[in-house]
Amino acid sequence: MPAHESREMSAAASVFPQLEALLPHVQKPIQYVGGELNSTVKEWDDCDVHWALMYPDAYEVGLPNQGVMILYEVLNERAGVLAERTYSVWPDLEELMREHKLPQFTVDSHRPVGAFDIFGLSFSTELGYTNMLTALDLAGIPLAARDRTVDHPIVLAGGHAAFNPEPIAEFVDCVVIGDGEQAVLEITEIVRAWKAEGRPGGREEVLFRLARTGGVYVPGFYDVEYLADGRIARVVPNRSGVPWRVSKHTVMDLDEWPYPKQPLVPLAETVHERMSVEIFRGCTRGCRFCQAGMITRPVRERSITGIGDMVEKGLKATGFEEVGLLSLSSADHSEIGDVAKGLADRYEADKIGLSLPSTRVDAFNVDLANELTRNGRRSGLTFAPEGGSERLRKVINKMVSEEDLIRTVSTAYGNGWRQVKLYFMCGLPTETDEDVLQIGDMAVNVIAEGRKVSGQNDIRCTVSIGGFVPKPHTPFQWAPQLSAEETDARLTKLRDKIRGDKKYGRSIGFRYHDGKPGIVEGLLSRGDRRVGAVIRAVYEDGGRFDGWREHFSYDRWMACAEKELPAVGLDVDWYTTRERSYEEVLPWDHLDSGLDKDWLWEDWQDSLDETEVEDCRWTPCFDCGVCPQMDTSIQIGPTGKKLLPLTVVT
Amino acid sequence: MQRIRLRYTKRGRLRFTSHRDFQRAFERALRRAEVPMAYSAGFTPHPKVSYANAAPTGTGSEAEFLEIALVEARDPDKLRELLDESLPAGLDIIDAVEARTSGLADRLTASVWELRLEGVSQEEAAHAVSAFLAAETVEVQRRGKNGLRTFDARGAVAGLEVDPQPTRPQPDRPGVGPCAILRLVVRHVTPAVRPDDVLSGLRAVADLAPPVPAAVTRLAQGLFDEESGTVTDPLAPDREADRPAPTEAAGSAAAKAPEGAGSA
Repeated sequence: MPAHESREMSAAASVFPQLEALLPHVQKPIQYVGGELNSTVKEWDDCDVHWALMYPDAYEVGLPNQGVMILYEVLNERAGVLAERTYSVWPDLEELMREHKLPQFTVDSHRPVGAFDIFGLSFSTELGYTNMLTALDLAGIPLAARDRTVDHPIVLAGGHAAFNPEPIAEFVDCVVIGDGEQAVLEITEIVRAWKAEGRPGGREEVLFRLARTGGVYVPGFYDVEYLADGRIARVVPNRSGVPWRVSKHTVMDLDEWPYPKQPLVPLAETVHERMSVEIFRGCTRGCRFCQAGMITRPVRERSITGIGDMVEKGLKATGFEEVGLLSLSSADHSEIGDVAKGLADRYEADKIGLSLPSTRVDAFNVDLANELTRNGRRSGLTFAPEGGSERLRKVINKMVSEEDLIRTVSTAYGNGWRQVKLYFMCGLPTETDEDVLQIGDMAVNVIAEGRKVSGQNDIRCTVSIGGFVPKPHTPFQWAPQLSAEETDARLTKLRDKIRGDKKYGRSIGFRYHDGKPGIVEGLLSRGDRRVGAVIRAVYEDGGRFDGWREHFSYDRWMACAEKELPAVGLDVDWYTTRERSYEEVLPWDHLDSGLDKDWLWEDWQDSLDETEVEDCRWTPCFDCGVCPQMDTSIQIGPTGKKLLPLTVVT
Repeated sequence: MQRIRLRYTKRGRLRFTSHRDFQRAFERALRRAEVPMAYSAGFTPHPKVSYANAAPTGTGSEAEFLEIALVEARDPDKLRELLDESLPAGLDIIDAVEARTSGLADRLTASVWELRLEGVSQEEAAHAVSAFLAAETVEVQRRGKNGLRTFDARGAVAGLEVDPQPTRPQPDRPGVGPCAILRLVVRHVTPAVRPDDVLSGLRAVADLAPPVPAAVTRLAQGLFDEESGTVTDPLAPDREADRPAPTEAAGSAAAKAPEGAGSA
């Protein structure tokens, strides 16, 4: 037996007995014990490739994550492959683990993460970076990729935030951008072959084999050269055989990938307790602020019958009482009307709730919502105009007129809905105080219309505002971010305007976040490798759970940035509030999302001219570049099929 | 409407399930098992389930009880099997009877607990137990939602003894030293006295301080029989009402520990 195999076996033994002794002393111990319905436990020795999958946030947020759930199932379905899950432990357990030398463990079999071949992390947001460092350190894996040996897991990052992995380039061995289903299987085979050969060439060799596929980015194989002014001169491969640009992965037929088939059902309470079905992937609405819409193109629909099957099997497997039809804009599915009606018909008697994250502002959306709540209470409907003024909505390419909105809410209140929630962003490019103040006018008009239509005074409108953060691979990747102070000042003016309205103010709810977290998110989203030192400093200073208001510390981030960035002649503003020029090499230019950089620039210029762009699903192609570059195409219906009633087996 | 009473467990690592967690898991199991539940009225109808007296989070149990209401009659044994399959292993449904009598909750007046004290010798345990039993009252403190509370832990204790049986081998805990097992019978009083409180009491009277947290398991729950000092099976009256000619009552047998109980 080769030496590394015996190492693996003993190193992979369960640490549950040690953990169990600590559990009586921590909050919500159930989140650490595993044993969820539909979880999978495989024999370590029957498998030759072992994956530890992490969603780097608390269990209650991480468990329902669809990405991790899908990959967990895809991998475990394969013979000889084992995948287990791990989540961030809360500070109370972290402290005990350090005291008792208990390593980061998986919840399935409580094996130490350090014993696995691959440690894959899914980043929906940049705010999970410090949690990754905590997990690496608890796992006994050196924080810096260059310090790892052949016996450490390959640390792999994925998820939307990984489309600019440069800030964490120092800490990860490799990165996959795009859809993970096929990518993890390809990686598995490469690692399997390398292990079977006796791990020739060590760590560097396996990373090279991954990199040369063109679909796995290994930051260590690229050097970044800088100009005197701090901008990037170029990013170059430092060895032959690795590609200049790394491509994203795209799964083309969603019906072939009906995952999760057996969604995990936790014992602990989590943020989403429902059977989620992704009804399509990608979005071509072209909202310029939306990174998800840009990086997941083209649109690929799951068929109506595929959706029906997944819902049926998923409900049987889980016992959930709610079905969520997920996508970036669910009302845009070509057969959404038949999907909604078909499901509502099927489950009318079973007290199954249907939900559709609905953000499209039109009357059709209200019809859909009516269908989905046939028997239930009509509490609140949510729409996302995103921008307060007509002008600003042209800038961001959110084609909604105030008339559309008023017509839509009028239909909603007329159908018995009591509350409308409106989502907006603050800090959008070219925005002025006046644009934001118009949000207040819009809310007033909504309430006035609602009172008129419903004949009642107790209807409500809640305005919810998030700070805009420019993101890589979007037309706004060149845009200056609004400073925290200006964001706060603008929102204060709006709040005072709404509160000051004697007639309507009390019917308008106002929710907003201050501008500070957005600055940290901005630093991380458009950062480069030099930001890694800041992340490490924040982690070492105790930074954890940055997505949680009670743990996030803006002051700590700024203090660490002030300590680390002057060494490279830069500061936080340089990364956030600075506008980039056409010529600038962006840190993520060597990662190919399929979008043509010149098309993105033209769209940015169109934005400044307040020129709108249509959706290519119903107008001719406008050459964003994704389909030819990635050899993909739009896949939409209608199929013309309907959901038939389920046959009752007696 | 049919009412069915179920006995269930919290075993092994799933003893860390809180009662709220269990409720959600159980209601999902009802859906998976397609049990024809009766629902409450209102905007958000809930299946009719009555839970009684749940064991605290972190303690195991072989004797938790609940009652469900069905709109169509089902065979209790088949229902038990179906529900058991629909719950994760460790949350096991181990008994089911149709309710023939009223007041299940009224028959849950005491519990039998097993407390495994790793690293505590039989002698140390016996010394502490006799000191505890000799005392008239034993004041203990517990931190609750409204701050620190002081109360008597002795009065509710109807029985406390050191299990004479030799320590069973512990495959998952090799190399640990001695282990004393206490058997505790506690009356359900208000405010409740929990096994933890009795452990605090043992510490108060005899400085008994187990080096690792005690593994606590509820073995039985039911009507306390003052004469025999035993706890009887609370489902027995329903079972007997079902049978025209009652033979020997299932009675005191319930106070025996099922095989492997508490060996989490």
